[in-house]
Amino acid sequence: MVTTLLDARRARHVAEGVPDPELPMLTLADLGVLRGVELTEDGTVVARLTPTYSGCPAMAEMRADVAARLREAGYARVEIRTVLDPPWTSDWITPAGRRKLAEHGIAPPGPAPRGGPVPLVLSPTRHAVTCPRCGSADTEETSRFAATSCKALWRCRTCREPFEYVKEI
Amino acid sequence: MSDDHVYMTLAEGHEDDTRWAYGTGFEDPLHGVDTTVPEGIDAGELAALCVALADDALVSAQRLAEWITRAPELEEEVALANIGLDLLGQARLLYSRAGQVDGTGRDEDAYAYVRDAGDFHNVRLAELPNGDFAFAIVRLLVLSSWRLAHFEQLASHPDPVLAAIATKGVKELAYHRQYAAEWAVRLGDGTQESHRRMRRAQEQVAPYLGELFTACDVRDEVVTVLRQVTEAAGLPMPVYRPLPGSGRDGEHTEHLAPLLAELQGVARAHPEATW
Repeated sequence: MVTTLLDARRARHVAEGVPDPELPMLTLADLGVLRGVELTEDGTVVARLTPTYSGCPAMAEMRADVAARLREAGYARVEIRTVLDPPWTSDWITPAGRRKLAEHGIAPPGPAPRGGPVPLVLSPTRHAVTCPRCGSADTEETSRFAATSCKALWRCRTCREPFEYVKEI
Repeated sequence: MSDDHVYMTLAEGHEDDTRWAYGTGFEDPLHGVDTTVPEGIDAGELAALCVALADDALVSAQRLAEWITRAPELEEEVALANIGLDLLGQARLLYSRAGQVDGTGRDEDAYAYVRDAGDFHNVRLAELPNGDFAFAIVRLLVLSSWRLAHFEQLASHPDPVLAAIATKGVKELAYHRQYAAEWAVRLGDGTQESHRRMRRAQEQVAPYLGELFTACDVRDEVVTVLRQVTEAAGLPMPVYRPLPGSGRDGEHTEHLAPLLAELQGVARAHPEATW
């Protein structure tokens, strides 16, 4: 029994340490997409993952990476399950994840919008995003869509550097 | 994993399933999700709803992807491609759900790659050729406003899988609508030429508005949003001039078949291929 508990904890530790394929400075645990790791009675490790965006092509890669890492760690039977509910929001990115993003020049997201009907706002009410390089709040959006679904492109007016920003969703 | 050459790794064994959506060897996007259909739900209706919503998304994604290398600026190209990718993801989830529910066990590929135009149930607005950027914006504004309002309703659907797909989609669609609305204001309230193009695009879209509201009642929500945007853009509200027929019944314009020919060509020519 004690062995099983330790084993479950070790399996969780292995899965938590898998890096994100698109944001490799983050682990899947930092990103908040790993929803749980359990060891069933017959010794199967069940890891539950949730997608960030519906069309995120990295999801298949994440599933394969978690399964491969667990097998390398000696777990012969691995099952990866998809969880859709509750949906991932950028609020699931951990404080450690946010710190790592900023250290790598990517501005972390602010609080995600609340649920309920989404209002359309046409007036310029853009919140301030802090430049991850120089810390200036004098920044502007250049494109709300960028190299991956989860990021926008911004530019700092103080240090003149462009930077990426993880969108609130 | 051997990685001498990227194509070598693609050619490695992929266990037993072959899939096309993102290359072969990937799992069902709903893998491991509880697939039980709750009692009291008409499975046929649920499957038909999922297929119609997936068809809207797949066909829209294909048109949006056609903008790649053709958009006015790189940022817009990236935006349109990202929006298409979100919709493609929604389509995959919805096709997978339809196949679980309708009893056929079909996977996403069976829906996307081997049906003919007459078996698609997308609204005709989604399949119209791209036209100019103003048309792309007006169409995206209408379709994203409609889909967002519909998904907000579906978030409380009794089928938990469809409800979860919709809840997730709402957040993505809010970004799509925001993008389209901001461009609509910029172009409508821009130069004489951009205003003229927006007016023309509104005329082109008008005949196709009616069929959006046949299956779901979100007209008020959509009209409210369109009124807000057209007022800010200095544009008139679009007028309905409904065309007979409906894409929801498999009646399409002549533009859908060529779109599908391009989308399905490789998968149909090499149905057993793995890569």
